[in-house]
Amino acid sequence: MTRNVDAIVVGGGIHGCSTALHLCLAGLKPVLIEKDYAGRHASGVNAGGVRQLARHVPEIPLSIRSMGIWEKISDLLDDNCSFESHGQVLVAEDEEELAICRARVAELNALGFTHEELIDATELRRLVPAVAETCPGGVVSRRDGAANPAQTTTAFRRKAEQLGATVREGVAASNIRYSDGLWHVDVGTDSYAAPVLVNAAGAWAGRIAAALGEAVPVETVAPMLMITSRVPHFIDPVVILRGRKLSFKQFKSGTVLIGGGHLATPDQDRNETVLDWKSLATSAQTVFELFPVMRSATIVRAWAGIEARMKDDLPVFGPSSRHKGLYHQFGFSLHGFQLGPGAGAVMAELIVNGGTQTRVSDLGIDRFHPSTL
Amino acid sequence: MTVAPKSEDYDVVVIGAGPAGLAAAATSAEAGLSTLLLDENIGPGGQVFRAISSTPVTDRNQLGADYWVGADLVQALRASGAEVIHRATVWSLDRNLEIAVSIGGASAFVKAKRVILATGALERPFPIPGWTLPGVMTAGAAQTMLKSSALVPDGRTVIAGQGPLLWLLAAQILRLGGRIDRILDTTERRNYLAALPHAFAFLTSPYFAKGLSMMREVKAKVQVVSGVTELSAAGDGLLASVSYVAGRKRETIPADLLLLHQGVVPNVNLAMAAGVEHHWDDLQLCWSPVLDASGNSPVAGIAIAGDGAGIGGANAAVVRGRIAARAAVDALAPAAAAKLPAIATLRADLAKAERGRVFLDTLFRPAPQFRIPSGDTIVCRCEEVTAKDVLDSVAIGATGPNQLKAYRRTGMGPCQGRLCGLTVTELIAQARGKSPQEIGYYRLRAPVKPITLAELAAVPKTEADVKAVVRG
Repeated sequence: MTRNVDAIVVGGGIHGCSTALHLCLAGLKPVLIEKDYAGRHASGVNAGGVRQLARHVPEIPLSIRSMGIWEKISDLLDDNCSFESHGQVLVAEDEEELAICRARVAELNALGFTHEELIDATELRRLVPAVAETCPGGVVSRRDGAANPAQTTTAFRRKAEQLGATVREGVAASNIRYSDGLWHVDVGTDSYAAPVLVNAAGAWAGRIAAALGEAVPVETVAPMLMITSRVPHFIDPVVILRGRKLSFKQFKSGTVLIGGGHLATPDQDRNETVLDWKSLATSAQTVFELFPVMRSATIVRAWAGIEARMKDDLPVFGPSSRHKGLYHQFGFSLHGFQLGPGAGAVMAELIVNGGTQTRVSDLGIDRFHPSTL
Repeated sequence: MTVAPKSEDYDVVVIGAGPAGLAAAATSAEAGLSTLLLDENIGPGGQVFRAISSTPVTDRNQLGADYWVGADLVQALRASGAEVIHRATVWSLDRNLEIAVSIGGASAFVKAKRVILATGALERPFPIPGWTLPGVMTAGAAQTMLKSSALVPDGRTVIAGQGPLLWLLAAQILRLGGRIDRILDTTERRNYLAALPHAFAFLTSPYFAKGLSMMREVKAKVQVVSGVTELSAAGDGLLASVSYVAGRKRETIPADLLLLHQGVVPNVNLAMAAGVEHHWDDLQLCWSPVLDASGNSPVAGIAIAGDGAGIGGANAAVVRGRIAARAAVDALAPAAAAKLPAIATLRADLAKAERGRVFLDTLFRPAPQFRIPSGDTIVCRCEEVTAKDVLDSVAIGATGPNQLKAYRRTGMGPCQGRLCGLTVTELIAQARGKSPQEIGYYRLRAPVKPITLAELAAVPKTEADVKAVVRG
C-alpha cells in the first residue's frame, strides 16, 4: 500500500531526526525511515562535542545557528540532552602552534566571527588546570560544550514522533524512485510517496546519491573513542589539541572520554567495526603526557561509529543539483553532531520556504555537479 | 614472575584454562600445533578445578572425586608442550584473530590461526531486594574461597536458590566444618512435572547417583525449605535478615551471610566482542553462541568450547575442548589428526556427557520472579539502576539494552553487563511484550576487562601513527 506524506526523510541520525522534527514544526507530516534504530551509528555513539571551535569557515554560519538551538534544547525537545556548556579549548603545545592559533583567530575576526578567542598560558591554566605546564596557550570558544549523543538523537526522534512524524525503524528504505511528480520509497511491503525526499543516511547516503546520479567523493570511516572508569573531577571544558589527534572530555559522572579521530576499520554492511588498538595506544600516550592525573585510570570500553567523510571535509547540504524535491544532508565528516539541530531547522526552511537566511551555499552538492535544474 | 608470550604468532591460542581449555590446549599441542594457553587465574583449573595444583584442601573426599579429575587434565597439558601463561587477561579479540593480552601490567599482541574460546560460565544474576548488601554473595564466590583458601562460613549462613552447584557447595561447606543454618530451595514446583519426561536420560547419566547422594548428605544436616516463591535480604548497610515465602507462609530469619545461586550462564563477553553471533536459548534462559558441531563460530577461525558454548557441565566441557582442538588440527595439520581419537568417538563421549542435561535445565529453570525484578530492586549494580528506572526509560523510548545505555548507563560500568545484562534483556522483553531474542543484548566492546591508560600508552605504536600529526 502506498501512503502519501509530505516528505520522506531517509536516515535516523541526528540530522534526519532533526529535519523530521523541524518539518513537523512547519506543519508538514514527514515519514522518517531508519534501517536500524535512531542513533544506532555515528549520531548515537560520537563524542558528543557541541563545538563551534576550529570549524571550517563555510560551515561556521550553520554552526552558529545550531548553537542558538542547543542553548534552548530543553524548550525544543522537553529533554536537556545532558547538554552542558563549559566551553571548548584548543590547546597549543608550543609557540609555533600558538602562532597558527593567532592567525586563525585574526582570520575569523576579519570575517566578522567572534566565537573563537585567543588565550595565553595563564588563561589556559585557569580553564584547564590539569594540562601540562609546557603549553603556551590556545583558543577557547566559551559557549561550546558537550551533550549525550544517544540521548539527544533519541530526544529528536521522540519529539518528531510526538509532533506527527511517522517513524519507521528496523527496515531499510529501498527502491527509491521518482514518478508522476512524487518520490516513492519502499519500506518492506509498504511504500511511501511524497514531493520531498531528504537523503540523511550518513555512511549510506553516498550510495543513495550515486544511485540518483549524483556521485560524490565520500568514504565510510569509523573514528574510535574510548572511555575510562570514574576519576575525581579535574576538568570542565572539552579539550582538543592543535597538533596531535586528541579530544578529551570528563563527564559529570567522572568518566573521561578520549577521542580525536583515529580510525577503526568499518564494515558498514555488517554494522561492525574492527578497532585498531595500536592507534588507540597513541591517544593513550598523548593523554599520558598531557594529563598525568589520568595515568592510573582504567579504560573500560572502546568503540567506533560508522559515518561518511567527504574528500574536502565539508558536508553535502542543500537541494539536489539534478532532481526536483530531492535534498541532501550527509557527509558531515566527523563533525556533524553539533550541526544537527541547526541543519534540521535550515533544511526545513529550504524545503518549506525555498530559502534560508543562514549561509549554507558553500556546502551544496553543486560543488561537485553544476546544477541542471 | 611475569612471562610474555614467546612468539607473536601461534597456530592455536586457547583462552581459559578450565576443563575445556585444558583439554583443548593439550590436544592441540600433542598434535604438534604451536599452542598458547592464556588464563586469567594464578593456576590451571578454571572454576570447576580451581586451585587444582595448589588447594590446601588435601582430603580428596572433601572436594569430591569429580574435582580431582582436573589433576589428570593438568598433567596431560604439562606433558603436551603447550605454552601456558597464567595471570594473563585477554582484553581484546577481533575477527582478524588479533588478541590483546595483559600480563603483569604490560600488554602484548599475538595472532592466531585458530582461537578456541574456553571462557566458561558466569553465575546468573539473582536480583532480589537487598542482593547488593554486604553479606550477600554468590555461591560461586564462596566456592572460590573454599577451594583456594579452605575458607568456610562460620556465622549464621543461609543458602538460597537452586541447581547442582548449590548442593555441591553445601556439601563441600559441611564437609569442611562450615556452618549452614538453612537452605531455601527456589525450584519451581511445576518444574518437577515438566522435567519428568526427560528423567529417564538423567537416571542413566553419571550425575544422577552423585547428585542424589549429595542432596541426601546435605538434607541430613541442614533444614531445607523447598518451594520458596519470594525471597529478599534486608539490613542497614549490612545483611541482617533473610525473608522468604514458602507455601504462602512468610518467614524472616536472622543471617550474617546469604549465598545466592540459580545456575550458570555462558560468559559471552569476549565472544560477543569478537563479533560471534549469539541466540537466545529459551530453555537455559541465556545467550548461546551460534556454533557448528565442532564448536566453530560464524567468525572464521574462532571456536568456542566448554560452558561458553552453552551450559553442559565439566564433563561435556572436556570433550568439547577436544572436539574444537581436533577441528583445528584437521584444518591446520590434517596428517597429525590421525593420532587423535576418532571424531566419532569424541561425539559419542559428548553425547554421554550431555545426557540428562535437558532434565537439569528443565528442573532448574529459574522462576520469573527471581530473574525479572520489580520496583526498587537494583538491576545494574555499577550504576545503581533499579527495575523501575529501567521500565520508566522503556516507557519513553528505550527499546533495547543498547538504547537504555543512553538513559541509564546500564551495562556501561566496570562489569560491562556481566551482572545486569540478562536481567535487562528479560525486563525489557517483558515490558514490551517481545521475546528476548527480539530485544537483543548489549553490544559488547573491548577491552573486555579494563586496562590502565598507562598500560595502553606503553603499547608499541605503528609507524604511521607516530608520524600522524593531523587533527581529525
